[in-house]
Amino acid sequence: MDTVILISQIIMGLTLVLTFVRVVRGPSLPDRVVALELFSTTVVGLVGVYAIQSGVASFLDAAIVIALMGFLAAIGFARFLERGGPRDD
Amino acid sequence: MIEFIKGALLITGSSFMLLAAIGLLRLPDLLTRMHATTKAAALGVILIMLASAMHFAEVGVVARSFAIIVFILITAPIAAHVIGRAGYFVGSRLWSGTVKDELRPNYDPLTHELKSGLETHENAKRHPRATDPD
Repeated sequence: MDTVILISQIIMGLTLVLTFVRVVRGPSLPDRVVALELFSTTVVGLVGVYAIQSGVASFLDAAIVIALMGFLAAIGFARFLERGGPRDD
Repeated sequence: MIEFIKGALLITGSSFMLLAAIGLLRLPDLLTRMHATTKAAALGVILIMLASAMHFAEVGVVARSFAIIVFILITAPIAAHVIGRAGYFVGSRLWSGTVKDELRPNYDPLTHELKSGLETHENAKRHPRATDPD
């Protein structure tokens, strides 16, 4: 079981790296917002795996909060994009 | 047995997240990238949360895991819709191989107005019928 958890953590770390490449390279701001949303979703998965690894169920509360923050950040960015504002991309 | 199921769920969920990241990296424009990340990443989180629910097997923890699953299932489509809408209005380019863009002929980006092509004076008039309540 420990090996399986380690493998899935490595896979999700690779996911974070690939997503970060898109955050850096992304040609426009909406691309970066999409990448950041995938980032928060991956972190939710990582926290869930860490809750299994450590045996502390309270980490799932942190996962709920992270998912909520990612959603609100996406909504806020979308409103910012639609309403306009200083953009540089 | 339950260990095997948990391990399979963990590996499958994280693999779906990796697939989402690969799609995000390799697909050509905003909408196709969104199509890759939203669905695959949501499925990955759902599988991992199922694994954690099976691992703890207490009522409170299972309820929290299912709360996360329901929350992801509700918010992922909303966020994708909002970002896609904002991206289209901001004017992000579509892929050169896009077959059909049905908004293009009807939407005016300067006035932010969507037309159906049926706005004639005749259609704007009111035609009351006898059965209408006044």
